[in-house]
Amino acid sequence: MAELDTSSGGGHKKGPGVKKAKKLSTRVDLTPMVDLGFLLITFFIFTTTMSQPTAMKLFLPKDADKPEDQNKAKESGALTILLGKDNHVFYYEGMLDNSNASSKFKSANFGSGEDGIRAEIIKKKASTNDNDFVVVIKPGAECTYKNVVDALDEMTVNGVKRYALVDITDVESQLVKITEASAPK
Amino acid sequence: MTAMCDVAFLLLSFFILTTKFKAPEAIAVQTPSSVASKVAPDKDVVLVTIDPSGKVFLSIGEDKTDDGRKDLIAKSIMENKKITFDVAKFKKAHFWGCSFAQLPSYLSIPEENRKGETLQGIPTDTIKGGTGSEFTEWMRIIKDAYSGGKMNLLLKGDNTSKYPAFKSVIDAFKKNDLMKFQMVTNPESIPVGTELWKNNLKGEKRDE
Repeated sequence: MAELDTSSGGGHKKGPGVKKAKKLSTRVDLTPMVDLGFLLITFFIFTTTMSQPTAMKLFLPKDADKPEDQNKAKESGALTILLGKDNHVFYYEGMLDNSNASSKFKSANFGSGEDGIRAEIIKKKASTNDNDFVVVIKPGAECTYKNVVDALDEMTVNGVKRYALVDITDVESQLVKITEASAPK
Repeated sequence: MTAMCDVAFLLLSFFILTTKFKAPEAIAVQTPSSVASKVAPDKDVVLVTIDPSGKVFLSIGEDKTDDGRKDLIAKSIMENKKITFDVAKFKKAHFWGCSFAQLPSYLSIPEENRKGETLQGIPTDTIKGGTGSEFTEWMRIIKDAYSGGKMNLLLKGDNTSKYPAFKSVIDAFKKNDLMKFQMVTNPESIPVGTELWKNNLKGEKRDE
């Protein structure tokens, strides 16, 4: 690889009696350098973070104090998703009142299976007019930040154009608590 | 052997050049994943971090332009809160996480000892008789420092932090008319068969 020409080019023959200088080899043992090289490669491969964090945009609505300024959602097109403790998800369609609370209030999970919230969103989306469809996300006090992000992600994944992040009401949080308590773990 | 060595060292130089060392994180945060594909901005950043126990920390970029902003922020705090502290230390701090009153003592802690668990975070509970929390005031001061320029508001929350912490942060944003922000997440693949997946197959661009 790296070699120097040490022969004394030209035909200068040394005369008799002149001692021949001992020829030193200029070959260097490269093994340790290569070892070190590979060690460094391994180090840098492991420490490099290739995937950069991404950012998910969220636009907040302006708070409307007066009820008449608030956006109205059609009852038929509304799907409300409630986030509870331990990754529990609950949902109901339209409005919730005392008479129908128990029958309308259903539970789901974040999975993509049949009882997942995704299946429910797709079903609701297919059955309602696109302009009326709105999803209301109501995170409870016990749910985690991850749950909220997952729920918002679900909106992107399913192409829900109108959704809102709304505070949970007392009645709803009570219902969530009761259902959580009675649900088998 | 020679060829292999050449390749090895080429790789080595590649990795050395591409590696960006992350600043040691004093606040351990595990971000959730989302399908968002836009890379988080790294200029003009105002980063709000929520740690697992719901404490809130603030940091802004460390570029040259941010330096002037830090000056503005420090001056504004000193004027509004009638406290004095070491501006140089304030600017050097990687993040701020305490109430205004505690700032002087917070800045006297050596940087390497400023670890997330031992700090109190910026109070997000509403001040009695006031309209917002101390965090709201922090955000107002920062917003003023960025007036006229671009500001990328980033929120980095931990998976396990509870929603009320997140909500108090959004409330503070809302009170300052900061209606647009981005949440830092890890990339995740789009679930197969969903609408977004189909749109992507069709080559449609999505607005994020």
